[in-house]
Amino acid sequence: MKNTLSSRRFIIMGIIITVGIIYIIRLLFLQVFDDSYAQLANRNALRFVTQYPARGLIYDRKGELLVYNELVYDLMVIPRQVKNLDTALLCELVGIDKEQFLTRMKKAVTYSSYAPSSFEKQISKEDFGPIQEKLYMFPGFYAQSRTLRYYPHAVASHVLGYVGEVNENMIKKNPYYKKGDYIGMSGMEKYYEEILRGTKGSKITLVDVHNREKGSFQNGKYDTASIAGSNLYSSIDLQLQLYAEKLMANKRGSIVAIEPSTGEILCFVSAPFYDPNMLVGRVRGNNYMKLLHDISKPLFNRALMAEYPPGSIFKVAQAMIALDMGVIYPDTGFPCDKSLVGCHNHPSASNVRDAIKMSCNPYFYRVYQKIIQQKDPTTQKVESKYGLSIWDEAMYKLGFGKRLGIDLPDSKSGFIPDTSFYNRYYKGGGWNFFTIYSNSIGQGEVGVIPLQMANFAAIVANRGWYITPHLVRYYGDENLKKRNTQYVKKNFSMIPQSYWNLAVEGMWGVVHEGGGTARRAMIEDIAVCGKTGTAQNVGADHSVFICFAPKDNPKIAISVYVENAAGGGGTWAAPIASLLVEKYIRGEVLRKEMEETYINAAPCQSLPLRRYVQKSESD
Amino acid sequence: MERRERGLLENIDWTTILTYLALVFIGWISIYSAVYDEAHKSILDLDARYGKQLIWIGVSLLIALFILVIDPKFFSQTSYLWYGIFIVMLLAVLAVGSETKGAKSWFGVGDFGIQPSEFAKATTALALAKILSGIDVDMKNLRTKFAAITIVAIPMLLVLLQNDTGSALVFFVFVLVLFREGLSLSVLIFGAAMAILFVLSLVINPYVLIGILFVITIIIWRLNRKRKLSIWLCLGLFVFAAGVVLSVEYVYDNALESHQKDRIEVLLGQKSDPKGVEYNVNQSKIAIGSGGFFGKGFLKGTQTKYNFVPEQDTDFIFCTIGEEWGFVGSVFVIGLYLYLMVRLIKMAERQRSKFSRVYGYCVTSILFAHFTINIGMTIGLLPVIGIPLPFISYGGSSLMAFTLLLFIFVRQDASRMDLV
Ligand SMILES: [Zn+2]
Repeated sequence: MKNTLSSRRFIIMGIIITVGIIYIIRLLFLQVFDDSYAQLANRNALRFVTQYPARGLIYDRKGELLVYNELVYDLMVIPRQVKNLDTALLCELVGIDKEQFLTRMKKAVTYSSYAPSSFEKQISKEDFGPIQEKLYMFPGFYAQSRTLRYYPHAVASHVLGYVGEVNENMIKKNPYYKKGDYIGMSGMEKYYEEILRGTKGSKITLVDVHNREKGSFQNGKYDTASIAGSNLYSSIDLQLQLYAEKLMANKRGSIVAIEPSTGEILCFVSAPFYDPNMLVGRVRGNNYMKLLHDISKPLFNRALMAEYPPGSIFKVAQAMIALDMGVIYPDTGFPCDKSLVGCHNHPSASNVRDAIKMSCNPYFYRVYQKIIQQKDPTTQKVESKYGLSIWDEAMYKLGFGKRLGIDLPDSKSGFIPDTSFYNRYYKGGGWNFFTIYSNSIGQGEVGVIPLQMANFAAIVANRGWYITPHLVRYYGDENLKKRNTQYVKKNFSMIPQSYWNLAVEGMWGVVHEGGGTARRAMIEDIAVCGKTGTAQNVGADHSVFICFAPKDNPKIAISVYVENAAGGGGTWAAPIASLLVEKYIRGEVLRKEMEETYINAAPCQSLPLRRYVQKSESD
Repeated sequence: MERRERGLLENIDWTTILTYLALVFIGWISIYSAVYDEAHKSILDLDARYGKQLIWIGVSLLIALFILVIDPKFFSQTSYLWYGIFIVMLLAVLAVGSETKGAKSWFGVGDFGIQPSEFAKATTALALAKILSGIDVDMKNLRTKFAAITIVAIPMLLVLLQNDTGSALVFFVFVLVLFREGLSLSVLIFGAAMAILFVLSLVINPYVLIGILFVITIIIWRLNRKRKLSIWLCLGLFVFAAGVVLSVEYVYDNALESHQKDRIEVLLGQKSDPKGVEYNVNQSKIAIGSGGFFGKGFLKGTQTKYNFVPEQDTDFIFCTIGEEWGFVGSVFVIGLYLYLMVRLIKMAERQRSKFSRVYGYCVTSILFAHFTINIGMTIGLLPVIGIPLPFISYGGSSLMAFTLLLFIFVRQDASRMDLV
């Protein structure tokens, strides 16, 4: 009996050891087989704080600040760590009501209870002061400072572009970006994103359950410092840009001005424009939708994206190409035969210079005919295909029908029709000069963007070459500017300078001689060479003018488009260009009366115009 | 006199004492690590918990030494007296004690407090040993059973009245002692079956469970037909089991306090409560799990140090061990406990005095209960029931009471040759 009872000790030992073994097996699974707990532990105790670098600033060509950064704060929340929250006080400080509070918390919890998400974004320095003071009372909440872009002159919206939060697609495409990061969405901000943004850093801190910092993780072994972004020193002339925007404020269209010798863009306007500060911070969402749905399309960058028929301005290019091909000569004359194509009343042109000055349609009909109906040297037969193909090549060399390569995203290429296009357009290839002759006077199928027009003005100004138009001259540190070497190469047209001189003379005549179409562009003391055009349109025609000045050693080449402004290039575009030339070269405009007239003029028909100005303090 | 002293030193079970010292030391460095702060590095900082624990360790060692030098008969002779004193203390604490964490179980003296329920386990062990070592005692005897159960039940009820469910549960473990002393195996099996039934009736819908029980009853009856197991006995057992299930359901719905319900439901995965009870268990599992095989190293645990784990130096101290010393350290600590308990059973079996043997089993059982409930809770196998891990958890009462409990037996064991 005693022995049997004594042997019960083995049962008891068995129970004890069984429990021990069960616990060891459990620990084996917890600690050895399952490594998810290590990650959970890191999520608990490590806080990855992104060190955002300051984004590079943007200056104009004279050192005026165009874009700078302003410090704002994001109030972040880690829902799981929120404790004993004085909801009423927090709501009061942030300026929201209880319902908003609940929606935001719900949103944060849906994203993650463990990871931080922003509770209130972009609180200004002034508003953040009182929150900062009481922040210690809200465990689970902390502040993350960020910088926002500000535009002190509220100018050049389409050039500078804007910065916005990355979306899912961008994150997928480029793993550098994390949710909540900012990225250049358009304009220079987008094109120069990698230069402007700098490099993010990261700091890992240990935090306790109350989210109090407990020092760096492994003495900062895994921390990285952020590297500030580089500044951009743009070619924009702030004063000229402001003046151009003033001139275009009541109009639709565009202005592009280039320094011919360098290809640097002096001003770049697409009207209607908007105050770039509208697309900054908390107001962006609403403003963006407002701009997006405006039927006058203020977000649309006309200077880069609008393809217009070039109209009469194209005649200058036609003349140069025909001369270069040897199908006409400087003193070739054609009668103004209105049976070929309509024209205005003028004496017939007896040479190329006068034909340009008088912009005679039948003359260029014949010129284009000579270009297209050439003998193919391989077959010795006259073939439009051959003529068209060498004409295309010549046009490309003048910057038409291709992307110029400006340092802005989303540029259009314009359109120069080629053989394959016409074969498709006229099924079975049933086309010849007589079906495509409209191209001769810049109508028909050709399309040109305003930037290409300004560039063409620069080519004439340079007598035959151009440097790709661009916006950034230097980038880097104030003390260590690096030249933007992307834009130094001269692109030659390969057309002799003597021919270009004829174009220059003709364009000088347009402004200065009787019978010229742009007498309003004339400025005392400054020799302006220009060419008017009318871009045909479904509605009222667009008024177009290109010019450069001074005639010798030109400093500025301009294209001006005024949409739906009846009266031709001489009526609206030419005087506006002239005012800009005077402003740039003389530094001030003496023709005050004229200035006022064109600033106030609102010639654009058919669409209402709204002006988008947000800040008055920047004026 | 001299001979006797030498005999004592020779007969003391040093391995037990070494194991005890190892556990106390592990406890102290774990407390140190759990509350470690770069700013307060001094080991002897009496404001810090590890500093206070150092005092408790000192006091406990003095108690141990004192017990080793006094006459072993002292405890067997005064068993009932101590038992009575602590019954009075438990009553007193109910009347004038202070409350922590919902349990009214403390006598507070400034920063330091005394928890009579910790000591009551030891005095109950003494009284149980005393009563079972009486002359005409037989576990088959109804009177003996009744006396033994009464001895255990009185302090247990008083502890339960203090709202200290965890400590009250520990008293159930004396059934192991009674089993060793002759209580029928079927009672033990019955107890285990009841425990399983209890958990099952919380997990499964009671009516489904009753259905399952019915099917099992039929199967058992069919299988045992040759042995002519009475259909009435089977049906009787079934009715009884069904009654248990329904009464658990009833007690659960009506009697249990809501925080206890939460703990049980969370454990059983019926309720998601990430900020409350489940949060504690989750954090505990994260801390232990993140320790990996070798652990993060001494003072390198982030989860316990930065308070992600609740009660990280008392009830959840095993998390600190698991996080900083990993699987290796955890198994080592579990191994120490298993070794100590098996050792104590062997020691109990070598006693010539029945009092010593029963008392030895009581000590083992109490350690086993704490070990099972505490570690089971931290690794998420048992509900959150707040009782300390013996010798390791922070706390003066607990350390002193366990020291007292253990060394009374070590003293009995050392003089096992002397008498009877
Ligand atoms: Zn004509």
